[in-house]
Amino acid sequence: MATRTLAEIAKTIRSKNAGVDRITFDLIFAERADYELVRRSGVVSRSAVCRIFGIEDSRITDYVEFDPALAIKFTIRRTVPSGSPGDGDTFGSQQYGPLLGIEVPEG
Amino acid sequence: MPVSTQQRRSAVRTDNEPSLRIVCPNGHLGFAPIKTGSFVIGCAAEPDLICADSGSCDVGPVPLGADISSSPRRWQEHDLEVMLLASRRLGVPMIIGSAGDTGTNSRVDLFVEILRDLARKHGLKKFRIGYFYSEVGKEELRRRIRDGDAVEGLDDRPALDLATLDATDRVVAVAGVHPYIKLLDEGADVIIGGRSSDCAIFAAPAIRCGFPAGLAYFYGKILECASFCAEPYGAKESVLGEITMDDVKVTAMLPEQRCTIASVAGHAMYERANPFYEHFLGGHLDMSECHYEQYDDRTTRITGPRYVPARELRVKLEGSGKIGERYVGIVGVRDPYTIAHIDDVIGWARQQAREQLGDSGYELHFTVYGRDAILGELEPLKATPAHEIGIVVQGIARTRELAEEACMIGTRQMFYARLPRVKGTAGGVAFLLDEVMPASPAYRWTLNHTMRVDDPLELFPTFLTEAGV
Repeated sequence: MATRTLAEIAKTIRSKNAGVDRITFDLIFAERADYELVRRSGVVSRSAVCRIFGIEDSRITDYVEFDPALAIKFTIRRTVPSGSPGDGDTFGSQQYGPLLGIEVPEG
Repeated sequence: MPVSTQQRRSAVRTDNEPSLRIVCPNGHLGFAPIKTGSFVIGCAAEPDLICADSGSCDVGPVPLGADISSSPRRWQEHDLEVMLLASRRLGVPMIIGSAGDTGTNSRVDLFVEILRDLARKHGLKKFRIGYFYSEVGKEELRRRIRDGDAVEGLDDRPALDLATLDATDRVVAVAGVHPYIKLLDEGADVIIGGRSSDCAIFAAPAIRCGFPAGLAYFYGKILECASFCAEPYGAKESVLGEITMDDVKVTAMLPEQRCTIASVAGHAMYERANPFYEHFLGGHLDMSECHYEQYDDRTTRITGPRYVPARELRVKLEGSGKIGERYVGIVGVRDPYTIAHIDDVIGWARQQAREQLGDSGYELHFTVYGRDAILGELEPLKATPAHEIGIVVQGIARTRELAEEACMIGTRQMFYARLPRVKGTAGGVAFLLDEVMPASPAYRWTLNHTMRVDDPLELFPTFLTEAGV
């Protein structure tokens, strides 16, 4: 089956601190059809997020589909607060990398 | 220059259509300079106020703990100068929240001092500066813990205990709209706020003018990051917001930018765990029934946000504590065999540190760029590192001398790591420099908590002073 990557489909894929103990991820789509396609495909469900990042479901604090912004949003718990020694991403702004190449089956 | 419908309407505003308009030129004042072109356009639209937030936890725990700003004073002066001159020329109030990134007392004093200097430099006519403090003393928190008045943890943190409090250097409370409204009531022309909720800076004048609280807090939420709510992406550009009794409208001021339904709704969920709720002292904002529409080409109109008052007043506390002095070393590796066994190399260096310094009294952190430096354990590709990798070594200890020595051992002993089948026997790593570098002391966020208050002003003493001639 033909596939496209999330990077090809989404308008915005980003991550950012949500407070000092959380990192939140946003996938935002320009077209409702793309948003619906990705939602239906299940490639970024809670369980998919656990698979992609190799984490337990308990690390996910929020998973929301946000229609007004055509966005899928999820938030994970940090294991150490932002900016503690050893934390490599003080702003949480580069955690989205593994999402870009996720394959989404067409239709 | 394209002119939005929102600007045209301003010319025909009447008393029957009360509205309040705010220009916001920067989402984190002082962190990167305001782009002045779009700010000039925003000021030409004759706003009722000029407001910006200066605070952020994103800069990490060091600025709060060490009581410093994250950027040079000259950048802060630049942004304050641009805003102050416009505010005095237009004769409208200017409000800055969370002065100097952290909103500590020293950062508030710094901003007030900069304003005085600017007033002298430009010979500005006398004006009133209002300011408030947000720091909370550790003794107050100690008393609360002893009295059983729990300082509750946020985001799954446990309630504050005495050990964590003892490990804390500085605490700020996050103010709501209240000190801003008080200072506006007292006639302040310019307000420098201590730590406060981003949205409160903009919501305060709107609430004071009688606009509905739900719209007012949303107004603050959408304006506080300036052009982050516009597209295409471009930071530090101005946006103009307007609140009426029925709606909030936001317009991009840079001609190349637009506020679209997607960009505004997208921003409403920015930097928060959940897109529907925003909490602040006094209640929370419920955005689940928000309706977004394209009002004109560059303006989005929002209706439907709801304010839900809190049953109990709880103020958020942010605290930072010092771990130790810090040195940093940097090494590189190009040998594929060494890269494949880099954890053994790190293990060797750690073992040498243990043999020389013992098991405690220092920390060593190895961050492996080219493998998993950024995502750590979340990195799906950690088993396939790049053809060359860089390792940043952090040595942390109570004294600078010990931090330097720990960092030196951690860095240099990677050079001598004993891998059984390594071909290169003249040195296992490449040094960027043979020395290790003094860095900022290491801190950590010790408080992300809330505390009960009886009065939303009780932690935030307000003051009035004058500047200008």
